[in-house]
Amino acid sequence: MNPLKKLFDQNEPRFTGTGKYKKFAPLFEATKTFFFFPSPKTLVMPFIRDHLDLKRYMSFVLIALLPVLIFGIYNTGFQSGLALGKEFGLVKSFLTGLSYVLPIIIVSYGVGFFWEILFAVIRKHKISEGFLVTGILFPLTLPATIPLWQVALGISFGVIIGKEVFGGTGRNILNPALTARAFIFFSYPISMSGNIWVANTVDGLSSATALAVTAINGESISHALSTAGFSLSNLFLGFVPGSIGETSALACLLGAFFLILTRIANFRIILGGITGLIITAILFYIIPEGQGTWAKAGPLYHLFAGGFLFGICFMATDPVSAPGTNAGRWTFGILIGFLTVTIRVVNPAFVEGTMLAILFMNVFAPLVDHLVIKYKNSKRIPNV
Amino acid sequence: MLKNKTHYKEILAKGIWKENPVAYQVLGICSALAVTVKMSTAIVMAVALTAVTAFSSMIISSLRKKIPSNIRIIVELAVIASLVIVTDEILKAFFYDISKQLSIFVGLIITNCIVLGRAEAFALANDPIDSFVDGIANGIGYGLILVFVAFLRELLGTGKFFGLPVIPQVLFDAGYQNMGLMVLAPGAFFIIGLIIWLKNSLAGISHEKK
Repeated sequence: MNPLKKLFDQNEPRFTGTGKYKKFAPLFEATKTFFFFPSPKTLVMPFIRDHLDLKRYMSFVLIALLPVLIFGIYNTGFQSGLALGKEFGLVKSFLTGLSYVLPIIIVSYGVGFFWEILFAVIRKHKISEGFLVTGILFPLTLPATIPLWQVALGISFGVIIGKEVFGGTGRNILNPALTARAFIFFSYPISMSGNIWVANTVDGLSSATALAVTAINGESISHALSTAGFSLSNLFLGFVPGSIGETSALACLLGAFFLILTRIANFRIILGGITGLIITAILFYIIPEGQGTWAKAGPLYHLFAGGFLFGICFMATDPVSAPGTNAGRWTFGILIGFLTVTIRVVNPAFVEGTMLAILFMNVFAPLVDHLVIKYKNSKRIPNV
Repeated sequence: MLKNKTHYKEILAKGIWKENPVAYQVLGICSALAVTVKMSTAIVMAVALTAVTAFSSMIISSLRKKIPSNIRIIVELAVIASLVIVTDEILKAFFYDISKQLSIFVGLIITNCIVLGRAEAFALANDPIDSFVDGIANGIGYGLILVFVAFLRELLGTGKFFGLPVIPQVLFDAGYQNMGLMVLAPGAFFIIGLIIWLKNSLAGISHEKK
């Protein structure tokens, strides 16, 4: 017999029934199902045969995040090298990036799992796998320069206020990772905005993101962007400063492709979001106002700069906080795209609007579903 | 006719903790958000509200047999409004700076749900002394939450206590930052929410033990 399985089987009585460590049953359960398929079986109808449970579902998202994560680590090191005036090679960039990113991820997972286990033990429910994704999504939305204690505080807020107060995974209104980011964003604006996007060891050598660029002296915004090093191809590939995971549009799209292929993410939300963003960006482009600002940047720059693609591919498609009807998903996506551009262009206080747009639409997701269902009911022939 | 001590203790316990106006009845939230950025304003507001609630409850209770029930709200508001104006004038006369900072919120005690709530729920059915004690109890209950929220918001948001910096510079040098969220209204929302959570879970434990 498999020695690992033997170990679990031997120790199982200690955690079940009247065993000594009964309180830690959720922890045991989570560790065991990490390696093996869960043993409980459905006893009453309906029976659905599917190999996909929540754990596998979430691990698919982790696979989809791999390109973003790997590129994010590489780019962190690469940008750090550029700030020092050197061009790091592939391995050196990756290792430098790892030294910044890995502690953030470890803190995020460590602190987050502590709260997950605490709530699982007190409330006697199972440890949910959803946190595997939250714990990696949150670090990817942060700049590499973030202090680690703020990461710990942020993920605590995200897990407790964003999820556990509503009753745990599957009942949260807001995306927990974005809730955590919003908390850090409003609590510690110094760590989340301005010239903090490049991790380096020399003070005073840092730069802003593409979205903070504005043109001066009547030149066009696209010209100002390319002189600042934000050409369209750079933004698409991701060799620009920014949050760890958001810079590369290509990596995000690769992950999105995998998620759509495995039907984990709903393509309607992603396509709707991109459509909404492009239409709104074109509208702002046509309106003769705001010369030299992001209003005139056009749809492609809006699509590839900032965290929009990361947000719409990995955050907005969270099945819990997004609408459940297809028409609702289209509406949800389109409105996120619309709000993102509107916040970027109209509101001078917020350079980036993706986070706020997604959180705002998370709140409205149940209402969107309600309206869709109400409309469909009104189309029925009554009393037949 | 004074009743025994346990009777008043019961009223006090209800108002201050068991049926705390903020944490249990969820009343007076608007002012709890507005005046809790600093300790000093929170304390003055708590004292002002305690005085208004106590005296309005007492006056309304002593009039309760004379007030026709269909116009009782108007009568109650007249009593409360007069008391609020007196309080406002006293604050302006003796604590001008704080009165400036509290600005409209002293005047808005008139619409504070706690005052009218106690008048409606307690004073109309009990004798004046009971009502007075009830007003004091609810004022203290409100004040305790207010001061606690203000303490956390001032400490975490600006690193001060009664306007004096208490977070040592060493911490700032080590990378500590003030929590900007606490200065914003949502900060108070989160703290009050957590207090309500704490109170409910505490009550749950004692309930299970019985």
